[in-house]
Amino acid sequence: MEKILEVNDLHVTFTTYGGTVKAVRGVNFHLNKGETLAIVGESGCGKSVTSNAIMRLIPDPPGKISNGSIIFNGKDLTKLTEKEMRQIRGVDISMIFQDPMTALNPTLTIGSQLIEGLRQHHKISSENAKKKALEMMDLVGIPNPEVRLKQYPHQFSGGMRQRIVIAIALICEPELLIADEPTTALDVTIQAQILELFEKIQERTGVSIILITHDLGVVAKIADRIAVMYAGKIIEVGTKREIFYEPEHPYTQGLLKSVPRLDLKGEKLTPIDGTPPDLFSPPTGCPFTARCPFAMEVCDKVYPFHSELSDTHHVECWLQDERAKQLLATSATK
Amino acid sequence: MARYILKRLLMMIITIWIIVTLTFVLMKAVPGSPFNEERTTNETVQANLEAHYNLDEPYIVQYLLYLKSIVTFDFGPSIKQPTETVNDLLGRGFPISFELGIVTIIVAVISGIILGILAALRHNGIIDYVAMSFAVLGISIPNFVLATLLIQKLAVDWGLFPPATWSSPAHMVLPVIALATGPMAIIARLTRSTMLEVLTQDYIKMARAKGLSPWKIVFKHALKNALMPVVTIMGTLLAGILTGTFVIEKIFAIPGMGRYFVESINQRDYPVIMGTTVFYSAFLIFMLFLVDIAYGILDPRIKIHKKGGGE
Repeated sequence: MEKILEVNDLHVTFTTYGGTVKAVRGVNFHLNKGETLAIVGESGCGKSVTSNAIMRLIPDPPGKISNGSIIFNGKDLTKLTEKEMRQIRGVDISMIFQDPMTALNPTLTIGSQLIEGLRQHHKISSENAKKKALEMMDLVGIPNPEVRLKQYPHQFSGGMRQRIVIAIALICEPELLIADEPTTALDVTIQAQILELFEKIQERTGVSIILITHDLGVVAKIADRIAVMYAGKIIEVGTKREIFYEPEHPYTQGLLKSVPRLDLKGEKLTPIDGTPPDLFSPPTGCPFTARCPFAMEVCDKVYPFHSELSDTHHVECWLQDERAKQLLATSATK
Repeated sequence: MARYILKRLLMMIITIWIIVTLTFVLMKAVPGSPFNEERTTNETVQANLEAHYNLDEPYIVQYLLYLKSIVTFDFGPSIKQPTETVNDLLGRGFPISFELGIVTIIVAVISGIILGILAALRHNGIIDYVAMSFAVLGISIPNFVLATLLIQKLAVDWGLFPPATWSSPAHMVLPVIALATGPMAIIARLTRSTMLEVLTQDYIKMARAKGLSPWKIVFKHALKNALMPVVTIMGTLLAGILTGTFVIEKIFAIPGMGRYFVESINQRDYPVIMGTTVFYSAFLIFMLFLVDIAYGILDPRIKIHKKGGGE
């Protein structure tokens, strides 16, 4: 399969008065054409920073991509000038934001916000732009688009606004769509509609999607592959099936145990004890050690190596080491 | 919309009526009259004069006569300069005051907004610090102090601009600088702080994600939102500039309306007091009305309802 995006050893830091926050610490992943990759993890694990880094939207200063490469269609985005990057934003890579209530400018009409990206990047008459806008409104399922184009954001409900935001992101027909928690601010029924919209759009346009979320329900519905992030690192990546049915990293297992399920009535949810490490001075070893029920002496000292369980299923955990496996096997027989 | 404007007009008339009544009461409460100066006039002459200007009538009749003069906008002749009517004075003074005021507002708004934007875009940079130190100075130095300093330095010492009077564009420079610096500083500070806030909004990030140029982001997406608070304080600034003109006109010997306004009170020149007060208040109220309309145009969320009511 053709890779559309490859992120290698990405480091992002933020310099503050209190010190340097290492928000993303060596992230590696890739995205195939036409697939949906979900990046999951708890708040502050660096998933939004990763997505902003791909768009080069990290405010600099204080933020900085301090190392690594982001290869998109053969070009390293970290090497581009701001001007070159502007030719890619909105055209080749688009982004959808978390809160539709604040993502639209309250003083401009929906129509002008829809069209401006198109007119920025393509020479297109205002009539054709309007035609395209109407098409997009239709695609995202907004009834009565002629009238709606002339209205302002405050005249739309939250779900409708998110549809508009999606329409804006898609109007230049991007190859890659980054959705940063696109359903978090919406209520459950609207969430389902928006997710269906994503599926429909991917089917029609073949766009590749990176979905940033902490909602495993959303992931289960639309992701092809899942990357689990913790403390600025991707600790496990695999297909949806591999992550949901054969999670190897104790953190992934913990995440799955803490999700409420309708089919397991009466069973208690198990939270993961403790809090994530301080990213001002992240631990040298595995960052999950302090919270891990299987923590060993080595975990705290050395970061685990990368193990490939299959072509798609990779994990970074000391439990994958042969010696740890033997230990577990002997303690199980005892 | 038409109904809203009609309602506002009615409110304006009521406001002006209240101002007129208060002015009348204050005017009569202040001791003295136009005719008792040090030079004593003959009592019969005084009585005749008072009768001529209807000052011997009971207050209520005088009050009604004033109201009539306001409704017909005919204030009659000035008592002190009987050869001229109040309308003559206003007609001569107002265009000059208006010119000074308008140029001041334009200068203050444009330079204030530009300074504010520059300071916000170069947040915590040298431009920011320079602009904001400048703004603090502008707010703290009263315009009459600035005016005298400007005359001393730019006019007397360096001879760059004429020190006083009003005849050519060069004459405008000093009074406009003196009058505009304060409002400009306030606008610059306000624009900077709202701009900084707006620039962190999601819709600005969204605009960047669309690949728009920084120029477009600032002027199309940020400025309109950042200007809302500026428009809000425009009303107060207008009032400030208007009253500021009294002092500035005096210092620069500009033959505007402010001079008549102040002199008429000292001289108890009742028709002129009444005329200038009504004119000033009507003008200010009308400008505030325009500011409210501008607000509705800038922010579509503020609807001017058919049923009336501000928001």
